[in-house]
Formats: sequence, C-alpha cells, structure tokens
Amino acid sequence: MSLDLSTAPSRGPRTHHRAAPPRATSRWRRQLTRFDIKASPYLYVLPFFLLFAVFGLYPMVYTAWIALTDRSPLNMTINFIGADNFVELWHDHQFWTAVQNTLGIFVLSTVPQLLLALLLANALNRKMRGLGFFRMAIAIPIITSTAVVGLVFGFVFARDFGLVNWLLEQVGINKIDWRANRLPAWGAISAMVDWRWTGYNALIYLAAMQSIPRDMYEAAAIDGASRRRQFWTITIPLLRPTIIFTVIISTIGGLQLFAEPLMFDNSPRALSGGTQQQFQTVTMYLVQTMNERLRYGYAGAIALALFVLIVIISLINYALIRRISSDK
Amino acid sequence: MRVTMRGRPLVALTATTIAVLGMAACGGNDDDSGGSSSNEPITLTVDIFGDQGFGYESLYEEYKKTHPNITIQERGKGLGLGDYNTRLTQQITAGGAGAGDIVALEEGTITQFYAQADKFVDLAKYGANDLKNNFLPWKWEQGAPPALKGKVLGLGTDVGGMALCYRRDLFQQAGLPTDREAVGQLWPTWEKFIETGKTFASKVKDKKFVDSATNFYNVVLMQYAGAGTGYTYYDKDNNLVLDSNPDVKKAFDLTTQMIAAGLSNNLASFSDEWNAGFKNGTFATIACPAWMTGVIKGQAGDAAAGKWDIAKAPGEGGNWGGSFLAVPTSSKHPKEAAELVKFLTSPQGQIAAFKALGNLPSSPQALQDPAVSGATNDYFNNAPVGQIFAAGATSLKPVYLGPKNQAVRSEVENALRSVEQGNADPAKAWADAVAKGTAAGK
Repeated sequence: MSLDLSTAPSRGPRTHHRAAPPRATSRWRRQLTRFDIKASPYLYVLPFFLLFAVFGLYPMVYTAWIALTDRSPLNMTINFIGADNFVELWHDHQFWTAVQNTLGIFVLSTVPQLLLALLLANALNRKMRGLGFFRMAIAIPIITSTAVVGLVFGFVFARDFGLVNWLLEQVGINKIDWRANRLPAWGAISAMVDWRWTGYNALIYLAAMQSIPRDMYEAAAIDGASRRRQFWTITIPLLRPTIIFTVIISTIGGLQLFAEPLMFDNSPRALSGGTQQQFQTVTMYLVQTMNERLRYGYAGAIALALFVLIVIISLINYALIRRISSDK
Repeated sequence: MRVTMRGRPLVALTATTIAVLGMAACGGNDDDSGGSSSNEPITLTVDIFGDQGFGYESLYEEYKKTHPNITIQERGKGLGLGDYNTRLTQQITAGGAGAGDIVALEEGTITQFYAQADKFVDLAKYGANDLKNNFLPWKWEQGAPPALKGKVLGLGTDVGGMALCYRRDLFQQAGLPTDREAVGQLWPTWEKFIETGKTFASKVKDKKFVDSATNFYNVVLMQYAGAGTGYTYYDKDNNLVLDSNPDVKKAFDLTTQMIAAGLSNNLASFSDEWNAGFKNGTFATIACPAWMTGVIKGQAGDAAAGKWDIAKAPGEGGNWGGSFLAVPTSSKHPKEAAELVKFLTSPQGQIAAFKALGNLPSSPQALQDPAVSGATNDYFNNAPVGQIFAAGATSLKPVYLGPKNQAVRSEVENALRSVEQGNADPAKAWADAVAKGTAAGK
C-alpha cells in the first residue's frame, strides 16, 4: 500500500496543465491508490465484521427486540408488549432463585478451585521427578468434553449405585440424595466444575510463577525465609495480575454455568434443575423458558437480565483490580 | 498513516457484499421440486425418538422392495422425547429447516403443533381421508382435530393402552400370588393397589413396590381424566385449569398417598438411575402402557427375561402416550413422504411395529388381527399382550391435552418428586405444582 497521501492530490492539477496529452492511466492509477489507501483497511477487517454482524450483532439486537414482544411458536402473530416481560421478570420468584443458585455455585466452585490451582502450581514449580508427566496430567481434564464429565459425575454422585455414596456407606455414613437438597447438589456440581478447570488455572499460575526471577527466592532463602514464607511474600504478590485474570475468567464462565448442572440430572425434567429448583442456574431457566415453555420473548428478557448481571459482577471485579493496583 | 474516511464507497461496497452473500445463502432453498418424476432416486428422512425407536426397520426394507428409487434414512433412535421435541420445535418454527421429510409427533406434544399446522402438509391432499376407518376414532381426531377444519396434520402410529407390569419373583418373595389373573384381582381399584403395596412392603424390606411417583401419577391421571372431564391441565378451549380440574387433584392426592405408604422407589423416570433400577430389580411393579414393555425389555435386559409379567391395571383402562407421523411443508418430496407415512401407519405397518417393540396399534383392523390379538410376549412369561392391551383400547374415551401440556406436566411431576424426596408435604407440593405449573403454562 502506498503511503504517499498528502502529495498525491495536490500534484494533480499541475500535471494536468503541463503534460498536454493527459496521461489517463497514471491518473486512474492515482485514484486507485487513493481508493486503496482510504478503503482497503476497511476491506481487510470487513470479513470479521461481516461474520460478527451475522453471528454476533444480529442475535444481540434480535434478543433485545424479541424481549419486547410475546413471540412464541404458539402465537400466530408477534405483539409488541413493551417492558411487560421485564416487569414480570422482576417479580419472578423462579428467576431470583436461579440467580441465587448461580451465584452460590459460582462461589462454592471458584474459591476452592483457585486456591487448589495455586497450591498445585506451586508444587509443580519445583524440581522433581516426572515433572513433565504431572504438568501434562493436570491439563488432561481441559480436553475432556463437558458432556462426558457430566455423565461420569452423574454416575459418581448417583443416589443408589453411585461411587461416592458407596464409599460413604463403607465408613458408616448414610447415603446422600445429591439432587434432592441444595447444598449437596451445589457441592457435587462444584466438584465437577473444579475437576475440569483447576488444572487450567494451575497451568496459568505455573506460567506466571516461572517468570518470577529465581534470585528473589535465593535472596530470601539466604535471609532465612522458609518456603512457606517465600510463597506468601514473594509468589502471591507477584502473581496478583494473574490471579485477577483467572478470577475474571472464572466469573464469566461461572455465571453462564449450564452443561454441568444440566447433565447432573439426566431425567426428562433436567432443565428444572431439581424438583424444587435446587440447582437450576440462570442459563438453565433461560433455556427452559424458551424450549419447554415456548416463550421466546420472555427468554429474551432473561438473557438481557443475565447480561446486566455479568456487567455488574464485572464492574465489581474492575473495582477490585483498581484497588489492588493502587495498593502497590 | 493518516486516513480520513469518506463513507459512501465503503457503504456501497459493504452493501453489495452483504447482498451477494445474502443471495448465496438463500439461493436454492425456494425452488419447488414437487414435479420430480416418480423414478428419480430420492432420500426420505424419518425423524423418530425414544431409546428403542419405532420398530420400523423391517418396514423400511419392505418398502424399498416396492420402491427401489427411495432410500430411507432414519434419525433419532436413542433420543429422548424432550430433546427430540425441542429440536423439532425449533426446526418447525424456523420454517422446517433441518427437519425430516417425516416427523413423529407424540400425543402430549402434537397439541403444541396445532398452532403451527400451516407448517405441515395436509395429508388429506394425498388421500388420508380414505383411511379414516383405519384408525380408532379418537386417535384420528387427535391427528385431525376439528379446530383445523378438515386438515389432516398427522396419522396415528400407536396408542398406549394401559396395564401393570410386575416382577413375578418379587411377588413370590412377598407371598403374593404370581399368576396374572390372580394378580389382576388383587387390585380392582388404585386404593386396593396401594393396599397390596403395603402388604408387599411389610414382607420385602429391601425392594420397593412402585418405580416412581411420576409414572404412577401419569397413568392414574390419564385414567381419571378419560373417565371424568376428558381433559387434564387445559380444558378443550385451551384455558389452563390445572388448579380447578378435579381429576388432576384426585390423581395428585392418590399419588401422595402412595408415597406416604412408602411404596415408591423414588426414581426419576427415564433417568439413568431409573434404568439402573430395572437392571438391579429394585422395584416390583411399574405402570405399563404398551410401549413400556419395549422399555422394560430394553433396560432390564436378558437377565430379567421371564421374571416380568403383565396384569390388568387397576380401574377401568385408559391410555397414556402414542404417536403420529406428519410431513413438514419443508419436505422436498411431500408426495413420496405422505405415501411412506400411509404405509408406516397402515394396519400392516402397525402390526409390524407391534411385533418389533410391542407398540400397540391404533388401528382397529390391526388390533383385531390375530397377529396382535393372539400375540404373546415371551419376555413377559408369555403374557397375552394383544389381549391385555387391546381389550381397553377400542372403547377408550379420548383425553384432550393442551398446547403446553409437557411443560405443565413437568412442574407437577417436580412437585410430586419433592414429596418423594421428603422436601415438601403434600399440601405444599400441591401449592408448588399450581404456582409453577401456572407459570409454565402461561
């Protein structure tokens, strides 16, 4: 691409005067160059924006529109009903229970997950035998499909013939109906989420840890700091940005939790997330509203509410980042 | 680099690109290829559901012999009704994109498609009306409801009928009779059935009498509604009457009594744990529409062959389930698809499906055919299934199911399950069922 921007147009009239037979080709070429400079950058990014428009922007705009209507496959016509869906949602007990579940499972899974990942990364940051193997091993769950994880954990936490209940009975504890009560259900789902994502976060921590200069630890060791002390006063502070990153990624994933709780109950009523909504997340309620109750408009309103929820939580995270960086 | 933007050429270019892409995307979909010659090789896709499918394999083979140009491709075997119906709803709502040439509609979900009848081919155009006498009157009416003014949306495949399947070995263990006649006499009514269950529970401690509250409830509800109002959660004008229909409350109360008597195995029906319950023989009876015999055989497996038997259900017969075949307007070969539907739902077709899976025909001719009426099922200790199931089917009164039947049913089932789990007493569960069922039916 030519960068000869400012001179090209101003030279135009002069050449026109001097050269008696106007050199049409060079003029055409100049215009082409001008067009090239002005338009081609947009052309280069166009494919992305076209795809984005079709698969990103259009669904978003359509969701916002549909949320203002009563669209349903059962209705012949689509009626504009204004904010009715949002008013209904505000008073919808089932929606708020789903929000509670989502946040509950999020906290219950993310906190131990990140702590465990940190300890795991710290352990793998040392010199030991079979290091490559262990580092590979913690990455394996990431490439397992969520559906398979859900299926296997469904069996592990089965009421009658499940592995966990069998172990509990061996040590004389009564078996637990994991799907019947809120906390056991949240715990089992969190176990599923953690199994899958702890290794992922551990890898990220490990990468960050390896960029910490060795001599800092050596200096600390000479000063007599124990390994534990080194971990808390050197590793953790230097990992701060990485920790914040993983917290945000986990937030986004956690608030959209869907496959794990859905697979946890494999009856035809799985979308209900338990008999009394013990583990129905917001995304499950959204899909239930759309696919089972056939209220596309109301489902659109739930989707927008979820969006607002994620924005709020993200803002809280943003505030957190600013505070921590100003601490330094 | 400093670039000032002058929008117009860019906009024009973008607009052109989008238009070209748009045309490319839409092209080829709109042409009407109904005029293909009859010998041109074509493929018909048949969408069905359920772990065992519809038992059509031998029928496809037979059809190919007389129609060598037609290849039949079946999809959906192993897919649960819920997942199947979700996908189908999306396909039909999107104008049929991706749907099969023939789609199966279940009794509880066909009602939802009445509102979208314009997306389905009127089978009357292909001579379906001549076949009216091939179907039980109420089955015909479910596929061609008066509201559609003569349009035939779907032709019936099977009906549920109603019986009770029981484990002979467990009955023996409990000191109960094992002969199917004698067993049937134990329970002239559902109340007596619960009494029998209590006797069973006092003798056999490590097994339960009934698989789940939800199966029990559905069968009881369909029977009560058939004998009573003739509808369940919606009345015939599609008003939600969940809280005022006495049949629903009666069935609900009977189910909570059954739970209170400690008879339920508390399994969520059609879940993996329920399947495991069959394999491990953890319950002694299950409410048994005809299609359930195929489920039992599939889940309990060869190890339990001969242990199960079938007796008359308490009360006065009834029906739960059964399906229809329909042709979406998106089919490129509506004529050929309609012909195949007629073949599969013909009395001969229904007899073949009955032989394969035990699905009870919805055709009076098929029901009277010796191949059905004289049939015995060796898996169920040679029970005369034709006789047991067909007995009630011809005299049944239809039960009307409303548009969001499935969604409301799910919430009532959830409430019953919460009683099973010990999380709610019957009164609270009923309040939950009404509240959530009303939200679901909105």
